[in-house]
Amino acid sequence: MSFEGHLFLALLEGTVTGFVLALTALGLSLVFGVMRIVNVAHGEFFMLGAVIAWYFSTLPGGFLPALVAAPLLVGAAAFLADRLVLRRLEYKPESTIVATIGLLYIIQQLVLTVYGPYARPVAAPVYFRLDFPWFGYSGYKLVVAGVSAALLGATWLVMSRTTLGLYMRATQQDREMAQAFGVSVDRVYALVFALGAGLAAMAGALVVPIQQAHYLMGLDALLMSFIVVILGGLGSLGGTVAAAFLIGVSDGLVSVFFSPTLAKIVATLLVALVLVLRTGGLFGEEGT
Amino acid sequence: MRRPGARAVWALHLAVILLLLGLQVVVPPFHQIMLARIMVLAVYAIGYNVLLGYAGLMSLGHAMLFASGMYATGLTILYFGVGAGAAFGLGVLASAVMATALGLVTLRASRVSFLIVTMMFSQAFYLATLYFNEITMGDQGFIISGQLAPLRAGGREFAFSDPAVKYNLALVVFALCLMLSVWLTRSPIGRVLVGVRENEERTRLLGYNPLSYKLLALIASGTIAGASGSLYTLMFSYVGSSFASILYSIYPLLWTLLGGTGTTLGPLLGTALMTYVVDIASGLTSSYLLLVGATLLILIMWFPAGVMGGIRTRWARWLP
Repeated sequence: MSFEGHLFLALLEGTVTGFVLALTALGLSLVFGVMRIVNVAHGEFFMLGAVIAWYFSTLPGGFLPALVAAPLLVGAAAFLADRLVLRRLEYKPESTIVATIGLLYIIQQLVLTVYGPYARPVAAPVYFRLDFPWFGYSGYKLVVAGVSAALLGATWLVMSRTTLGLYMRATQQDREMAQAFGVSVDRVYALVFALGAGLAAMAGALVVPIQQAHYLMGLDALLMSFIVVILGGLGSLGGTVAAAFLIGVSDGLVSVFFSPTLAKIVATLLVALVLVLRTGGLFGEEGT
Repeated sequence: MRRPGARAVWALHLAVILLLLGLQVVVPPFHQIMLARIMVLAVYAIGYNVLLGYAGLMSLGHAMLFASGMYATGLTILYFGVGAGAAFGLGVLASAVMATALGLVTLRASRVSFLIVTMMFSQAFYLATLYFNEITMGDQGFIISGQLAPLRAGGREFAFSDPAVKYNLALVVFALCLMLSVWLTRSPIGRVLVGVRENEERTRLLGYNPLSYKLLALIASGTIAGASGSLYTLMFSYVGSSFASILYSIYPLLWTLLGGTGTTLGPLLGTALMTYVVDIASGLTSSYLLLVGATLLILIMWFPAGVMGGIRTRWARWLP
């Protein structure tokens, strides 16, 4: 394949990765922005979505119902985790980090017990090929990108146009003031945590036909989401999406021309430095 | 001011060390190896506790410092046939350098950012051990028993494969690090660190520079962690990427929380409990890390002070 072919493939893969990454990271960003906590178990919600999608694909109903069921089920689990664990810790930053590390291992190991250590593939619900001059490309990947884009748009609409979104933004800006104006901050927190987890689960379910479902797939999703959220500014939605594309495309380029591991090392070091030098990230307002 | 119970504190720690010295005669060989392992890992936890318990900084990147000691020791033995003593020294030195570098970069970040940044750097280190797999053998790791010359002292040879040598070597390093941590917490430096943990602003107003004290704590913490990693390599003669993974950053946090953050004997107790529990559970099920998660959750929700912390508040206020 020619250089242009490689370049085009890298950009295409990068764009698809960017969309999925944006969807995954958006949940983490929302949770951080509104609740001011770092959810280390976020990647496990992504993994749960993928595993649930695999399970549905073995049922008569097929894969498609999973796209509704996975976010709902995972969102419900996250809602419970918020009520039973996070709220009791009063959302103290360091305690919630330790608690979500605990949740990470609990979820991961329960899946290992029930689902087993296998990487299981799922057939794509739609199959068509796009023929480019250099290679043929799976059409499902573009569907994934399209659905992700639609969901990103929907989340943006919810945040900017609905009362719920208004409550969320109010809580994000000033928790006490929001409470004084009659916003049930408690309920907003639980909903945001569930919504964040649901978005991750959706991303997980969407990528199963591309990636296979495995109980350890959450860690990578978590680290990539961290990278994106930090780069985009903690709690800034537009920044998160922009950073997801930047990371997705540069990851695609370095992976195709050098090595995926090197791409991750570079991204990780870069982002760690960004966080050290500027707590607000590239786009966001000054952070905590 | 001389606090009451200074003599009791030293006597207690000495008694623990003597107890460990005596235990090797009593316990069967299997538990002897287990205890040796626990002591080495407890050194890691002691190092972690210096940072978390006294400076109040929670790191998720200590695996990088632990593994720096391991790789520096393991690689120099594997490729250059360096003697055990020199390799240990290099391991400690490497982790001290890494901790200094990590501190200079990350301590500018606020507390939660510090957690994430240390995790990021550690993850980059872990990925680097995979990326340079021609040198480090990546995930598979390497064994150094072929290249490792026995320790010579006083005209006698001590082979690292001998369980008694393992045990006593671990005990010596553990005892040194334990005493060092007791001394550190009782020293003026330790007092300032507690001041930084409790109220950074006020400590600054009193004329101390919190940043340099935090850096000092991180270097001490990382160097002790590296000593543990280095010794682990000598004793078990294996080095692999898994020791640099995120799980090995979480383990010392778990051990310290379980034993009691900010107590000198907590790290040993937490490490011993968790190592035995994990060892038993891993024989029963492949999902034994479930216990790691559940313990973390239970501790943070109901017992944030850990075992020694609980004992201290309830019965013995003088415990350091």
